Amino acid sequence: MTVEPNAGDSPWLDRDAEPIVQIKNVTKKFGDFTAVNGVDLDIYKGELFCLLGGSGCGKTTLLRMLAGFETPTSGNILIDGGDMSTVPPYERPTNMMFQSYALFPHMTVEKNIAFGLQQDKVPRSEIDDRVHDVLQLVELQDYKKRKPQQLSGGQRQRVALARALVKKPKLLLLDEPLGALDKRLRKQTQFELANIQEQVGITFIVVTHDQEEAMTLSTRIAVMDAGKFVQIGTPTEIYEFPETRFVADFIGSANILDGRVIEDSSSHVKVATDLGEIFIDQGQSVRSGSQIWVGIRPEKIQLNKKPPKKSGTNQAIGIVDDIGYLGDSSIYKIRLESGLIIEVAAPNLTRPMDREHHITWEDTVYLNWAPSSAMLLHA
Amino acid sequence: MTGTRSRFLTIMITFGMAFFYIPMILLIIYSFNHSKLVPVWGGWSTRWYKVLFESEEVWNAVSLSLQIALVNATVATILGTLAGLAMVRFGRFRGRTLFGGMLVAPLVMPEVITGLSLLVFFISLKELFGWPAERGFTTITIAHITFSLAFVAVIVQARLTGMGQTLEEAASDLGAKPFKVLTAITIPRLAPGMISGWLLAFTLSLDDLVIASFVKGPGADTLPILIFSRIRTGLKPDVNALATIIILIVAVCVAIAALIMFQQQKRELMDQQLAERDGA
Amino acid sequence: MSEGGQIGSNGLKGAGLMRRFSDFLQSAWKTIVVFIPYAWLLIFFLFPFFIVAKISLAEITIASPPFTKMIEWAGNGIVNIRLVFDNYSYILSDSLYYKTYLNSLKISLISTVMCLLIGYPMAYGIVRSGPVAKRVLLFMIILPFWTSFLLRVYAWMGLLADQGTINNLLIGLGIIDEPIRMLYTEFAVFVGVVYTYLPFMILPLYANMEKLDGSLTEAAADLGSKPTNTFFKVTLPLTYPGIVAGSLLVFIPATGEYVIPDLLGGGNVLMIGRLLFNEFFSNTDWPVASAVAIILLFLLVLPMTIYQYYQAKAVEEGQ
Repeated sequence: MTVEPNAGDSPWLDRDAEPIVQIKNVTKKFGDFTAVNGVDLDIYKGELFCLLGGSGCGKTTLLRMLAGFETPTSGNILIDGGDMSTVPPYERPTNMMFQSYALFPHMTVEKNIAFGLQQDKVPRSEIDDRVHDVLQLVELQDYKKRKPQQLSGGQRQRVALARALVKKPKLLLLDEPLGALDKRLRKQTQFELANIQEQVGITFIVVTHDQEEAMTLSTRIAVMDAGKFVQIGTPTEIYEFPETRFVADFIGSANILDGRVIEDSSSHVKVATDLGEIFIDQGQSVRSGSQIWVGIRPEKIQLNKKPPKKSGTNQAIGIVDDIGYLGDSSIYKIRLESGLIIEVAAPNLTRPMDREHHITWEDTVYLNWAPSSAMLLHA
Repeated sequence: MTGTRSRFLTIMITFGMAFFYIPMILLIIYSFNHSKLVPVWGGWSTRWYKVLFESEEVWNAVSLSLQIALVNATVATILGTLAGLAMVRFGRFRGRTLFGGMLVAPLVMPEVITGLSLLVFFISLKELFGWPAERGFTTITIAHITFSLAFVAVIVQARLTGMGQTLEEAASDLGAKPFKVLTAITIPRLAPGMISGWLLAFTLSLDDLVIASFVKGPGADTLPILIFSRIRTGLKPDVNALATIIILIVAVCVAIAALIMFQQQKRELMDQQLAERDGA
Repeated sequence: MSEGGQIGSNGLKGAGLMRRFSDFLQSAWKTIVVFIPYAWLLIFFLFPFFIVAKISLAEITIASPPFTKMIEWAGNGIVNIRLVFDNYSYILSDSLYYKTYLNSLKISLISTVMCLLIGYPMAYGIVRSGPVAKRVLLFMIILPFWTSFLLRVYAWMGLLADQGTINNLLIGLGIIDEPIRMLYTEFAVFVGVVYTYLPFMILPLYANMEKLDGSLTEAAADLGSKPTNTFFKVTLPLTYPGIVAGSLLVFIPATGEYVIPDLLGGGNVLMIGRLLFNEFFSNTDWPVASAVAIILLFLLVLPMTIYQYYQAKAVEEGQ
């Protein structure tokens, strides 16, 4: 489930929209090591933008450069049109929610949240009001006199969020915000976070390695690897139209096959692979005879115990080699005659003990998928 | 945060280090001063080192101090380790507060008080039991052990809390009884802390003046007592030579220890990196 | 057959004893571990204080040891207990003692503050240094600590004397004509105490600062706090335990210092450690000296308890 962006529009498609963050050819080196390698990105007001990648890909470094804790080795960062090269963190219109929360242990929840407002010399009465409001937003009004050590992990996370939100910054930077929470709490907080962002309308930039989190929260995702952006797009674009094998495999899983284009037209493409001939019902920018990779997601393949009425493209036969039972669904590993193993994910429409209908080990199964399902990958 | 030292801090550190080291460096320089009057420079010479080496008094004092320091360090390390173990690993036992207090008090207690109380104690003992008949090596050593063990206990406690209990729990899980866990797991891992403790106790004993002055007898003097009686009346060039020797010995020992530790750390890091590369 | 039986029975007896001992060890070893150091401390540390207290309540006589007995048997099993409080009233009324106690506290308090002012930036600077510099600097701080304390105080005698290095330098540079009186003044004692006890301030401070969460200062900056403000509002409060530990580690022993006032202060600087030493050895008035010690102990009990409290808390937090 993805959250619709603010005002129901996609500002990145609007040619006249002014981005709130402009990252222009930014590189960051630590000695010999290049953490961020000449990246460009525009982020628009009201987005919930995710930087997604494995550890060491440079996403946290990029976030810290936005906050002002690191200076780019080269390139520029502009926030709301202003060049941030000489601006220290305490003068930037950004606030950060730290991965470790970084709550001041010697201050109460109240004082922690008020701290930022005190630095701006906001009058006392206004501070009290704003702290009160933000505590209501994160549902921690009863805890305001407690110290961080007296709170649970989830509560501390909400204090950290409140502390960053109360100053109404132009940008809220979140570093692995849900990383320290257990699974159940994480799911719950994902929705809460997205809701809060919608309510306050602040631009969020989130760093995460959890692709499920990125998919749930974001308006757009930038997938990073080795200091570069590999693909930028909405969750749907990234999931259904990955441009490379890396992206296809990083978000969700995919069966990836080598292939050769045998037919290419404006309305379809045919590729020969170890999975048989694959027919894609859309024209793509490929040439006949060229090598290409094809990806098919496990949930897009259908399994049948009975053979299809007609043989043709987008079909295969195999034997069930292994099953991973997840309760609501199962992951099947199907071995084809060629030895290729294909992963198929299917909901458990029948119960395993239903021998007639339910697919089990060593069964011969027939695979098929829709002509729109296969994805062509260019790298 | 590391590597972001401001200029003010750097200046403070430089001045602080100069403050620490200039007196010692001057001492070393003056030990080579030919002139008998310390502040007057009479050219480079090693005559005071010769005087030092020929002094029987000095050798006796050195020998006595070393013997006391050795016995003290060894016994204090044993006692201090036992005490540290008890404080950290044994939970709440009866009399723990008093025990903890007695382990902390010697760290800060002014030496005149400890010295006085021990002397008075030894004399009362002599009255009641006839022992110790004469004060000297034994009484000084006992006194040193008493305050040294507190220092060892602090080091051991710090190391134990840093080490954590997971390995001991694993050993227990594999069937080792508590005593076995102690001897097979805890003590070996504690070894570096115990060595630090031993060295600290050794140094404290070698350096102690006040307590030794109280509990010593009419017999031989320890090195600090000898030095003190000489310098009370003014600057003495042979003492400069002695100081230089001590400083250099200590510097070399500490440098070697630091190097060994550093090498060990580097090796551990390399091992880990290799393992990660192979294992991935 | 009988031989074998004999060997067998001896062997069995030996094994039985060994096993009994081993069983005993298994169950009682914890008690033994605690008992040994505990007994030592009770006998050689705690009990002597009671004897000092007892002597402080006695009178000086020409005897060996030079004080009256507390409990005397007077024939028919009647026990006379003599408790003399004269010593205490003497001390508390004599202005010399009163002044000396106050002077000792004053000197150690000022020295503690100076150690803090110098040591805090040094500790902070070391924490902020790169990993190599950190090791080197710590080594350099610990090294003087391992060399003889006596000799380092002696080094200052050479520096501060009228014909000492500093005066020679200043006269040589033409800054002054006459040597400045530094040795055998209170100033020299201050220098000596700060010099000797500075590592005791730096090391606990360093230990405390090293453990601070670096992201806290980043968070403060992110929330708009300028560096100076961050230091006072965030960093400094979080180093209070280190400040307390370091300060007590300096203040308490410095109050009772003997060597530094003796060597660097001569007879001119009143400190209680020196007074006690002289009272004991020069005047051989043991009861008075004991009373002086007991009063000093009382003065320091509160700071010592605070120190123990902080130590215990540190160990608990470590677990």
